[in-house]
Amino acid sequence: MIMKRIVLLALAMVLAWQPAAAEEKSNEKKNIKIGFIYVSPVGDAGWSYAHNEARKAIEAMEGVETSFVESVPEGPDSERVMLNMARKDFDLIFATSFGYMDPMLKVAKRFPDTVFMHCSGFKTAPNMGNYFGRMYQARYLSGMVAGAMTRTDTLGYVAAFPIPEVIRGINAFALGAQSVNPEAKVRVVWTKTWYDPATEKEAAKSLLDVGADVIAQHQDSPGPQEAAQQRGVYSIGYNTDMSQFAPEAHLVAPVWNWTPFYKEIVRQVKAGSWESKSYWWGLEKEIVDISPISDKVPADVRKKVLDKKADIIADTFTVFTGPIKDQQGKVRIPEGKSAADAELLGMDWFVEGVIGTTK
Amino acid sequence: MTWEILISLLAATVQSGTPILYATLGEIFTERSGILNLGVEGIMLVGALAGFLGAKFTGSPILGFVLGGVFGLGLAGLHGLVCIGFNGNQVVSGLALTILGTGLANYLGTPFIGQSAPGFSPMPAPILSRIPILGEIFFHHDLLIYLSYLIPPLMWLFFRYTRWGLGLRAAGEHPEAAAAAGLNIYRFRWAGVLTGGFLAGLGGAYLSLAYTHLWTSGLTAGRGWIAVALVIFAFWHPLRAVLGAYLFGGVMAFQFRLQALGADLPSSLLLMLPYGLTIIVLVLSSWRGRGDQAPAFLGINVEPSE
Repeated sequence: MIMKRIVLLALAMVLAWQPAAAEEKSNEKKNIKIGFIYVSPVGDAGWSYAHNEARKAIEAMEGVETSFVESVPEGPDSERVMLNMARKDFDLIFATSFGYMDPMLKVAKRFPDTVFMHCSGFKTAPNMGNYFGRMYQARYLSGMVAGAMTRTDTLGYVAAFPIPEVIRGINAFALGAQSVNPEAKVRVVWTKTWYDPATEKEAAKSLLDVGADVIAQHQDSPGPQEAAQQRGVYSIGYNTDMSQFAPEAHLVAPVWNWTPFYKEIVRQVKAGSWESKSYWWGLEKEIVDISPISDKVPADVRKKVLDKKADIIADTFTVFTGPIKDQQGKVRIPEGKSAADAELLGMDWFVEGVIGTTK
Repeated sequence: MTWEILISLLAATVQSGTPILYATLGEIFTERSGILNLGVEGIMLVGALAGFLGAKFTGSPILGFVLGGVFGLGLAGLHGLVCIGFNGNQVVSGLALTILGTGLANYLGTPFIGQSAPGFSPMPAPILSRIPILGEIFFHHDLLIYLSYLIPPLMWLFFRYTRWGLGLRAAGEHPEAAAAAGLNIYRFRWAGVLTGGFLAGLGGAYLSLAYTHLWTSGLTAGRGWIAVALVIFAFWHPLRAVLGAYLFGGVMAFQFRLQALGADLPSSLLLMLPYGLTIIVLVLSSWRGRGDQAPAFLGINVEPSE
């Protein structure tokens, strides 16, 4: 009899305790569904490829289910894709192109329980954060390699669109090159494309024709790499190691490594501790990096570059530290000062030694 | 601008003009037979994909190039079926072909974006490449460019001096008279459409096999439409097509070099140049009153006589 009571009591206690425990843990999620939206096809290299590699890495985490939609045009189409994911009870959605910003903001308002993360933009909401990486740090390092390897002191830069992200990259590249070779000049050609191999290759050739002997690029296509390979000069890749497209020419590439960041966000969402924030990680968190440097680059240069990388990680060196002058010779960042993030995010001028316009 | 830059500019002109040249010549051939094919853009893109995949899976760029032409021919055959077989509207069929071709190529090509295939690389022509200046401009290219030098004169000879050439032109100029003279104008129109499609397919394959060794969706980037416009600029004459294609290619190559030299002009304006020029050239050629040199029965279907 007593035994029975004890059992009943225990049972009651268990029953009473269970909902409380569930309450306490309601923010924690065992299994989460994550959606990715890519602007271009995944392919073998490039921007979306880099995101997809990270997606595969988090797919391997426990209790994580992912899916992706590729080649989603920016604008209304992307809104439909996100809406569809949110309706299917996705817990977390990553949109990986600038033009997805406003559509994502709209969808985020309709689905307050879903976490939205937008890459490369500047708008946030209570359930929408954004993220990007300080690629300019890696570009500075690749600029050091280019500056050390050029014989004509002319570097060619096949540039995508004149927006702060691209301009910042060109400036960092030029500063890196000038740090090892004060004579180095960077010539810029705009293609106004993100992926058009024919146009980008033609642009690279025009730079080679005016004396450039190292080609760097911002677009996703290996067109510029091909041009450098065919002319027998050097190239700097982007996004991912592009040496497969230009085995002789390719020296190094600033690369994206989204895995640590995505893992962190997934962990936060699972733990229920996610908050809307703007992330701008750099080399120190490995979100950006450089690919292995080719052995065509002398060992002392390679060491110098890796030492500089260590300095950036240790925060004893920042890329945009004054005095930095613009093309007209006007001091933009005074001696002893470093550019603030807001300044970097709105950068619309070229540093001294860059030849081209930001228009 | 130094001498070397000028020569490299002219050499780049030839290269960026070549894919357009193939397509323009193809469209001239088609239009001369009286069929208007506005599907060049779609045909080129399908040709580019077929050429790329052909080279990738057989390992032979030449086979890929031919395959690009064959698929172009196949797609043009669809246009022939609609226009010649069923008397369909040529404008509508051509536009549909562009939509079909670009859609098909982009859909089927998606898994291959960013991959590379074996292709043609520059190989200086023996002896000819040593001619000063001209050799550097015209004979330091790939095989497909040398091939493109042969087509315009051959086409000109064909139109002018052969019976078939005359018959093909008659099918476009005066099909009823040609039929009365006992010519099978349908056969000539078919020949015009298919040959034109073949050449446009080759032009597309040039982009994915020689210009770059890559495939991407929308690789042609409007070059097919430029080819259609250049046919009018060329007054349906194969030799003048060379001029038109190189003019367009030249401006394209020129604007990048202007940028590379540090010209202080907005890049959007420079990138617009080739297209702006195409419009100006078209206006000028119509203004000079030679736009009416089109084949008299261009775009008009011939009803089978009872």
